[in-house]
Amino acid sequence: MTLTEQILARASGRDRVQPGDNVWVNVDTLLTHDVCGPPAYDIFKREFGEDARFWDGDRVVVIPDHYIFTEDVHAHRNVVALRQMAAEQGLKHFYDVGTPRYKGVCHMALAEEGFNRPGEVLFGTDSHTCTSGAFGMFATGVGNTDAAFILGTGKLWVKVPPTLRFVFEGALPEYLTAKDLILHVIGEIGIDGATYAAMEFDGEAVYALPVHERMTLTNMAIEAGGKNGILAPDEAILDYVRARTDVDFTPVYTRPDAAYQRTWTFDAAQIEPLVAKPHRPDNRAAVREVAGTKLQRAYVGSCTGGKLEDFEAAARLLRGHEVRIPTFIVPATRLVGEQLKTTFVGDESLHDVFVNAGCHIGDASCGACLGGPPDTFGRAQDAENVVSTTNRNFPGRMGSQGAAVYLASPLTVAASALTGVLTDPRDYLN
Amino acid sequence: MLATTSGLAYVLGDSIDTDQIIPARYLVYSMTVPEERAKYGQYALSAVPIEQAGLPEGGIPFVGEGETTSRYAVIVAGENFGCGSSREHAPFALREAGIGAVVAASYARIFYRNAVDGGFVVPCESVENLTVAVRTGDEVTVDPDSGTITNHTTGQTHALRPLGDVAPILHAGGLFAYARQSGMIAAR
Repeated sequence: MTLTEQILARASGRDRVQPGDNVWVNVDTLLTHDVCGPPAYDIFKREFGEDARFWDGDRVVVIPDHYIFTEDVHAHRNVVALRQMAAEQGLKHFYDVGTPRYKGVCHMALAEEGFNRPGEVLFGTDSHTCTSGAFGMFATGVGNTDAAFILGTGKLWVKVPPTLRFVFEGALPEYLTAKDLILHVIGEIGIDGATYAAMEFDGEAVYALPVHERMTLTNMAIEAGGKNGILAPDEAILDYVRARTDVDFTPVYTRPDAAYQRTWTFDAAQIEPLVAKPHRPDNRAAVREVAGTKLQRAYVGSCTGGKLEDFEAAARLLRGHEVRIPTFIVPATRLVGEQLKTTFVGDESLHDVFVNAGCHIGDASCGACLGGPPDTFGRAQDAENVVSTTNRNFPGRMGSQGAAVYLASPLTVAASALTGVLTDPRDYLN
Repeated sequence: MLATTSGLAYVLGDSIDTDQIIPARYLVYSMTVPEERAKYGQYALSAVPIEQAGLPEGGIPFVGEGETTSRYAVIVAGENFGCGSSREHAPFALREAGIGAVVAASYARIFYRNAVDGGFVVPCESVENLTVAVRTGDEVTVDPDSGTITNHTTGQTHALRPLGDVAPILHAGGLFAYARQSGMIAAR
């Protein structure tokens, strides 16, 4: 069995499962946030009763992150609804807005707080829940109804997916990041190339990535239609998790009997810095092919592009220079925001690098990745070209129906911010 | 028995993502408070680029200015309908706008699952891509149980794929009804 099959077999109490089996799995953790938590709780109450209790409140993690720094009254009301839910259900894993516990983007916060544990099953009311698969767990996004069902029963039905395997051989060149690798995969198989399937990543270049960078690979599994993304855990993962939780977990590892529906093997050295052109994540082009395209905005942030490693990469190029277009820096979590001030390039903190380069730095949240209310920091305006480290570029995604979004690595975004046109980062690294 | 849906078809292309079906900025609205709920119908499919709205001509808004429901009853779409986010607000918005069935060549899985488990709309898969055989404004009838969509405007009937594993959940009316019928959770 593949990693995904092993986890689903264990979670459903079976010796083995195979692709296509429909099984009921026991859920280890349910994640929700400010957009989907309140309607999921409404459904829970409708179906189980006003006074019903969650199956296990200690397994429910509530991380508001979507619409936080806005004057929108309805957005505020949703946070109030989460607060009420947490109080009624006695939830201990609630990271409330306006308190020292506030985190920011849920997928990053799950990792920081030790909720990503190898071998476990995580569902979340967010399509990028697949991010957590970087830790060798089964993690996927669900809607409000499924979440409400889990809240009442601790179970959910799952169709066991076939596994597609993506191997990156060789060392990763310094001008590439995990973002280039996953844009390469999505361009290769298409926006629905992994629909219903598990995407498993492997190879020297993948395991050379730091833990957080691996999350960028699994994060964008959904952009190819994948049900989940996953990697077998290595020592780096185990050390990371053990440093953040005392909860016992049982990892699964790659087995010789694993049957893959298909395997793709790539040589990392042959991949170029890439973008996904408007308006689809699979609309792949080498940056060199579209170099010179005029830009009006650059954005570094989100669950896939707002990690410390993304800002370190951007700072490599921005240090000592000034951006030519409005450039927005949005740390995924408050911890990442603090690390910007304590992480140095030479004698300059990342924070100072960005300020001195003329960037605008925002508060930790999902920010403008998904547009959000009109007063959202960094939100796209009018008909403009945006280069962004985020994960989606469908029409209107970053808030403006007229905007055209190019998805790219933090190196490419930084190089392009310095010139005001799409720019291959190798032009600056050399 | 699943209900048949008859009425005007609204035709869309490939990979209509959930941000086009219901833009993220509207997700702040309650799905239960009636006057807010109506906004989901009002803004359904409001972010489809206008030239791709209502194929083959395009330029046809799904919901009229100031209205909260659509004159169309059936969505006919190409591949990968509902890709993108996991927002259940997407199939919900289509139902609030008055859609009874979607007939797409294929679906993104979370949208499909949400449509089924929430009992919002019946997500039918067409055997052939029907975005040429059906034009926006054609009169159609979708019969999920017999597996057909009939285009009364052209007189042609087209096959749908079997509902498959999710048929029992669709027939029950959603995940909760299914779980009650099968004894998994207590009946009311």
